[in-house]
Amino acid sequence: MRRHSMKLVLCLFALLVPLSAQTLVNGAGATFPYPIYSKWFDEYHKLHPDVQINYQSIGSGGGIRQLESGTVDFGASDQPMNEEQLAKSKNKPLHFPTVMGAVVATYNLPGLNRELNFTPEALAGIFLGKVKKWNDAALKSANPGVPLPANDIMLVHRSDGSGTSFIWTDYLSKISPEWKSQVGPGAAVNWPAGLGAKGNEGVAGMVKQTPYSLGYVELIYALQNKMPYARVRNAAGKFVKPDLASVTAAAAGAASNMPDDFRVSITNAPGKDAYPVSSFTWLLIPGQIQDGAKKKILVDFVRWMLGPGQKMAEPLSYAPLPQLVVAKELKAIATVQ
Amino acid sequence: MAAEPVREASRARGFFGRLRAGDQAATLITATFASSVLVLTALLVYELFHGSALSRDKFGWAFLFTKIWDPVAGEFGALPFIYGTLATSALALAMAVPLGLGAAVFLSELAPPRISDALTFVIELLAAVPSVIYGLLGVFILVPLMRQAGAPYGVGVFTASVVLAVMILPFIVSISREALLAVPREQREAALALGATHWESTWQVVIPFARLGIIGSVFLALARALGETMAVTMVIGNDPKIHASLLAPGYTIAAVIANEFTEATADLHLSALIELGLVLFFLTMLLNGIARLLILSTTRRGTAQ
Amino acid sequence: MNRRKIVNTVMFGITGLCALLTVSVLFFILGYLLWYGGRSLSWSFLTQLPKPPGEAGGGMANAIVGTGKLLLLTVLMGVPAGFVAGVYLSEFGSGSFPAVVRYTADLLNGVPSIVIGIFAYALVVMPMRHFSALAGAVALSMMVIPITMRTTEQFLRAVPQSLREAALALGANKWQTVATVVIPAGFRGILTGTILGVARVAGETAPLLFTSFGNQYWSSGFNQPTASLPVMIFTFAVSPYDDWHRQAWAAALVLLALMLTANVAARLVFSPKVTQNG
Repeated sequence: MRRHSMKLVLCLFALLVPLSAQTLVNGAGATFPYPIYSKWFDEYHKLHPDVQINYQSIGSGGGIRQLESGTVDFGASDQPMNEEQLAKSKNKPLHFPTVMGAVVATYNLPGLNRELNFTPEALAGIFLGKVKKWNDAALKSANPGVPLPANDIMLVHRSDGSGTSFIWTDYLSKISPEWKSQVGPGAAVNWPAGLGAKGNEGVAGMVKQTPYSLGYVELIYALQNKMPYARVRNAAGKFVKPDLASVTAAAAGAASNMPDDFRVSITNAPGKDAYPVSSFTWLLIPGQIQDGAKKKILVDFVRWMLGPGQKMAEPLSYAPLPQLVVAKELKAIATVQ
Repeated sequence: MAAEPVREASRARGFFGRLRAGDQAATLITATFASSVLVLTALLVYELFHGSALSRDKFGWAFLFTKIWDPVAGEFGALPFIYGTLATSALALAMAVPLGLGAAVFLSELAPPRISDALTFVIELLAAVPSVIYGLLGVFILVPLMRQAGAPYGVGVFTASVVLAVMILPFIVSISREALLAVPREQREAALALGATHWESTWQVVIPFARLGIIGSVFLALARALGETMAVTMVIGNDPKIHASLLAPGYTIAAVIANEFTEATADLHLSALIELGLVLFFLTMLLNGIARLLILSTTRRGTAQ
Repeated sequence: MNRRKIVNTVMFGITGLCALLTVSVLFFILGYLLWYGGRSLSWSFLTQLPKPPGEAGGGMANAIVGTGKLLLLTVLMGVPAGFVAGVYLSEFGSGSFPAVVRYTADLLNGVPSIVIGIFAYALVVMPMRHFSALAGAVALSMMVIPITMRTTEQFLRAVPQSLREAALALGANKWQTVATVVIPAGFRGILTGTILGVARVAGETAPLLFTSFGNQYWSSGFNQPTASLPVMIFTFAVSPYDDWHRQAWAAALVLLALMLTANVAARLVFSPKVTQNG
């Protein structure tokens, strides 16, 4: 009986909440931009108390799938939808770049909390399962004088359909013909080595907990959790640290040459200061939205995100969009029907 | 004259008729609810069949025996998951059965009823602990321990088995104890009268007598272990490969569905996941069926005096 | 002779050890949760919404209420259905139909919860085109129906035949007998079994992952994605954030406390002689 009265109280409580008459817009997708998205949605809710944007970070694959199933109002992905997906799509989503970020190789080497250098060959070797030890010649030669241990590399990758994985494997495919033919780029691939963890959160959590492990996450996850991350040698032959400047440099070419649908890859970009594993991340918004209230919220949010929202990117180590791209997106958002 | 009893009878028929109609209505209503179980189960099977059609057409039976799970190439084979599911469950049983049976023997044969009831109560509370809590403890307590003990990642098939073993223990204990308690007194007394020690009577008479019920508890525990999702997902390492070492990471059917179901972008991928659900459904259905039969036959034997 | 006595003592000693080990697992779990969860439990945890990742503070108030809502719906949908079906099995069934229902119910009870999740996704989420508390509750109800049904049947069957005969002799017909005599007589047991059943599904995570989904805000009504404690524990536990880990422990403590209270209360207060339905 006591349980019943508790239920009653909960029920009353549940009924009281909607009295505030809020509109809830649901989205799901990429974990790569989750820290900035949840910050944005939180701030936007403070500015517009009647608007709630619920974003669940289930992975980019999930964002595309759930948007197509119509179970969410918008999706988010770090992997642009491909031609086949767009052709089959019922709601013809538009891509809106929101910020740019870097996928970094992060690791857990007990007693060695410093920046390492990785060559593209070493990264491909590790993820193909060929470079197995931390003191492999491929790693030693790029890190002279660093006492690399003789332990096995505990490799961690994603277990879910992930845009971060797409960026990472897209990069590996560009620098390693062997990776391209054996595995290829994709949100979920047949990993030759390592174990899977769910989301950027899960990979960061696993690497943080496992000595001698190596994984790849969006930069902010490494920074927030004070995990070391590597410099990677770029196309110009220079070891570059992932940060705002090097990500922005990677986008320099794409910014002035942005296609109309914004689907562009900036991995392995030319330019001597470019960090090679950089990417835009996209909101996927249906080209036609039936529900007028939801449409207005999404359009208003994108406008706000392109304006004041961009200033929140830097504190979370995402690179703000180049002005040219912002201008182009403001035009595109007006076409949502 | 003759009209009176006839009217009486027809009135009576009307009265009883109405009563019977009430009963019929009640029967009809309750039967409708009872058949909702049938409808739901039928729908469930239909959805699994319907949803997996794409994958079943493309791969046929080979789905069960190939071990490549490659969403990029659109190749899906269930073998690593079936292996992981069976390996974790079998290992968990190997750990939990001796322990659970020992505890059940103690509770039914040695402990005074009052203590036995109290301990059983505590053990059944264990069965009420949600699986995600076992997963939480697994991630933060067991995984670091396993890493110290020599498992390279800490997570893996063996770690998942340990968590599963703890989770199925209460089922084995409480059902085996019931089966042991159902063994008639005469059986024990006969053995003791022949000069057997308490242990000999337990080991040679009571346990064999209750063996079907005990095996039933094992099958039931196995069915639980096969379908367990969260705790396993959190500690198994999610690697769809078959490694020689049990300390290496693996993957189970339930875990891959939990990880990939909402995010499979290709239809074939989704269909393959649903087919995995179908495989899991049939596996557990088979084991549950066997378990029920075994448990039923011991309790019948025990009570048929 | 002597050796046989030693074997006797040693073997029973071992079984005692097994029992001790099994029981101690619960105390380990309780101990860890109290130690880690207790330290992280705070007023703000119980009353605030989650914060964006990496920011300290916040709580799981929405998930606590969300779990309450899911259970409320489950109690409203699953329990009555299971109860009425159980009444049929015990009182009105005839022929081979009850056996079929009974077998199917056991089958449904054994279906892995993740498969139930797939089903609820196809049955509710896809047609309605959104994740919702309702979809989650449908999944949980599917797990509660067979449990309630079998418990109801079990306790109604335990009601002495003489009670039924007395009522029938007084001129009541069958459904009146069942409604006014049999059900009240078995009520305590049924209630106990039902509470245990609901408590069991309250901690389920797998069927909620793609039905009730998640929500970082309050969800209004039953038609929106809804946060729940088990799903929050899962997402927070696998994350890299220390603060989220602490909150996962606190949430686990809250969930376990709810669960154990329901169990202990059901068994001790209502009816001491019920064992959980496997």
